[in-house]
Amino acid sequence: MEKRATFSSTTIGLLFAAPMLVLIFVFFYWPSGQALYWAFTLEQPWGGGNTWVGLQNFRQLLMDPYYWGAISRSMVFGLGATSIAMGVALLLALFTDREMRGHKAYRSIFIWPYAIAAPALGLAFRFILAPEAGFLSLINQIWPGLWNPALDGTDAMIAVIVAFSWKYIGYNFIFFLSALQSIPRSLIEAAAMDGSGPMRRMWDIQLPLLTPTLFFLLVINITESFQDSFGIVDIMTQGGPARATELMVYKIYFDGFKGLDYSGAAAQSIILMGLVVLLTIVQFRFVERRVHYK
Amino acid sequence: MNAKFLGAVGTFAVAALLAGPAAADKTKIDFWFGNSGDIAKRVQEQCERFNASQADYEVVCTSQGTYDASLQNTIAAFRAGQQPTIAQVSDAGTLDIMLSGAYYPANKLMTDMGYTVDWKDYFSGIASYYATSKGEMYSFPFNSSTALLYWNKDAFAKIGKDHAPATWEEAAADFKALKAAGYACPLGFNISRDEVWQLGEQFMAVHGEPVATKKNGYEGLDAELTFNKGKWVQFVKDLKGWYDNGEAAIKSKETGQTFVEAFANGDCQVILTSVGDHGNIGRTAKEGMNWDVAMLPVYEGTQRKSSFVGGASLWVLTGKSDAEYKGAAAFFDFIAKPEEALTWSTVTGYIPVRNSGFEYLNEQGFYGKAPYKGRELAISSLTASPADDAAPHGIRLGGLLQIRQEISNGLQAIFIKNEDVQASLDTAADRGNQILRKFEQTYSGKTLP
Repeated sequence: MEKRATFSSTTIGLLFAAPMLVLIFVFFYWPSGQALYWAFTLEQPWGGGNTWVGLQNFRQLLMDPYYWGAISRSMVFGLGATSIAMGVALLLALFTDREMRGHKAYRSIFIWPYAIAAPALGLAFRFILAPEAGFLSLINQIWPGLWNPALDGTDAMIAVIVAFSWKYIGYNFIFFLSALQSIPRSLIEAAAMDGSGPMRRMWDIQLPLLTPTLFFLLVINITESFQDSFGIVDIMTQGGPARATELMVYKIYFDGFKGLDYSGAAAQSIILMGLVVLLTIVQFRFVERRVHYK
Repeated sequence: MNAKFLGAVGTFAVAALLAGPAAADKTKIDFWFGNSGDIAKRVQEQCERFNASQADYEVVCTSQGTYDASLQNTIAAFRAGQQPTIAQVSDAGTLDIMLSGAYYPANKLMTDMGYTVDWKDYFSGIASYYATSKGEMYSFPFNSSTALLYWNKDAFAKIGKDHAPATWEEAAADFKALKAAGYACPLGFNISRDEVWQLGEQFMAVHGEPVATKKNGYEGLDAELTFNKGKWVQFVKDLKGWYDNGEAAIKSKETGQTFVEAFANGDCQVILTSVGDHGNIGRTAKEGMNWDVAMLPVYEGTQRKSSFVGGASLWVLTGKSDAEYKGAAAFFDFIAKPEEALTWSTVTGYIPVRNSGFEYLNEQGFYGKAPYKGRELAISSLTASPADDAAPHGIRLGGLLQIRQEISNGLQAIFIKNEDVQASLDTAADRGNQILRKFEQTYSGKTLP
């Protein structure tokens, strides 16, 4: 007789899922829960105890005009960095897909920046963009005082946006390129035979078929620009000059890790998390409608 | 794959257990510190000298990169029960650990372990910075420094001067003359968070002006910032005037060159920085450049007070075994030796923290020799006023790093965005006070030792 082991499908399903669930709990829900709890207390850094203060941390933050400044700067940074990182990556991917000269080299080179740690990247860009000693000091020799991220807030913001975008261009590029290459050649060839030029083919065929990738990268880039920028800011500007690059995530990093204000940082994390969730919902609600999945 | 990995981990764990008893004849203690680069190497050498000097203990010294990172890692380790025995905590983190109860007070440790320490031997300015309001030492001053004025003798010779400015009025005239003589950066400075202490805190120290009420916080957590109400406001206005006239320039990593590098290159003629940079500038100064140091200037008619000590002290953490505490006490006893003070002050720019060490250095003729000459001014600066002087001997404010950030933001608004000096400093003080109140509330029910 054939032996057959039978399991209830729920038990075995849970058993298989258990390791992953444990990991998610330990590395995601537990810390998030801790942060949520700290946000409503005043936590002593050395662990000597805490006091419940309700919404006080949030109230203080939301009544602080400088905190609202950090929120709007984060928006500017997120939108700026995402448009540059995605725009340039898309352009490069379209070129590479058309097999411009050297496309094979681009394919492997462009992913490198993504592998560079943010602080190292910040260090490199700080040097490149330094107004007196960097490569861009040449500009200041022609037009004195034109470029000075050390003393000009706008220049500093441009500098951190450029550094951040540079890192994500390679990441986006890989996704765009693979999406482009999965578009059936026959469609493009048919369009070409019908007499449409490269620009028209990009606009009418490639871009519409890319929308799922575009949407995915939009969500990822916006989220990352809100969360992954503190290393670059810390090395390049320390949030200055005069708060010009004080982004929400940098303030969390500084208040929590340097200032030992765990509760204030936790409350800011909750606000940042809420904002990112909100932005993602907005994107799914309004942008995803225009996405054509196959 | 996973099973293999676990198996390997298991094997290592068993091996470690077996190896444990064999290596246990020496008690190992961990020491975490925040210095990096050359200073970190010097700390390592000191640890090796201690390990070679006796057979009972082995101190394992680990650099955590920066003061902030070291404090952060120590706290994380402490909360996880994996703390080192000895941790270095900088001035900015002193109050938090003092209120935490996470430490074994240094004075108690040494008494318990049978060592007699002459606490009076520490320079009063250094001891009182780290001592409690009752004068008890809970930690050991380790790397200590203070701010000095560095000046380029060649440039000053061009304007017919052979000495550094002793007052800010004299300095103002010198900057003007240096500018007229064609120098682009008579005074180099920076107003980032990590570089405002010599412009602000030290200025107020030598002028005997309070940074905050309650003796700069030593007498209670309810202190309030007052830096926006005294002579410092005038100094910021003067500095801004020099900056606007091209007699002072901001030099930072962001502009491409820090003011210390700019001074060493001969690009800036005067800077204010730590005596800890003395060795570094000596090694990197442009060939043939003549330079010297002087005490920080004061405004005319001001009675000079002691400057504040900068740097960090060593704390012993709770939750360790008796044997480990014995090791820590032996280590502290070792680094307090005058010979160690000499080696330490020779290889770093830091100053000896005890009178006996200073006297030993003097006997050896240390301060007469070329590369070290001038460093004794740091001691003169730290001991300018008597120990029982009414002026505060340090700063004991919660969230000090965040307060420095607020001051830095205020100064940046003044220098870069031309905002009103008084209004910006008022804003910085207001925001700093909010930080202090929050800190006070966090530790409500605790009293300052």
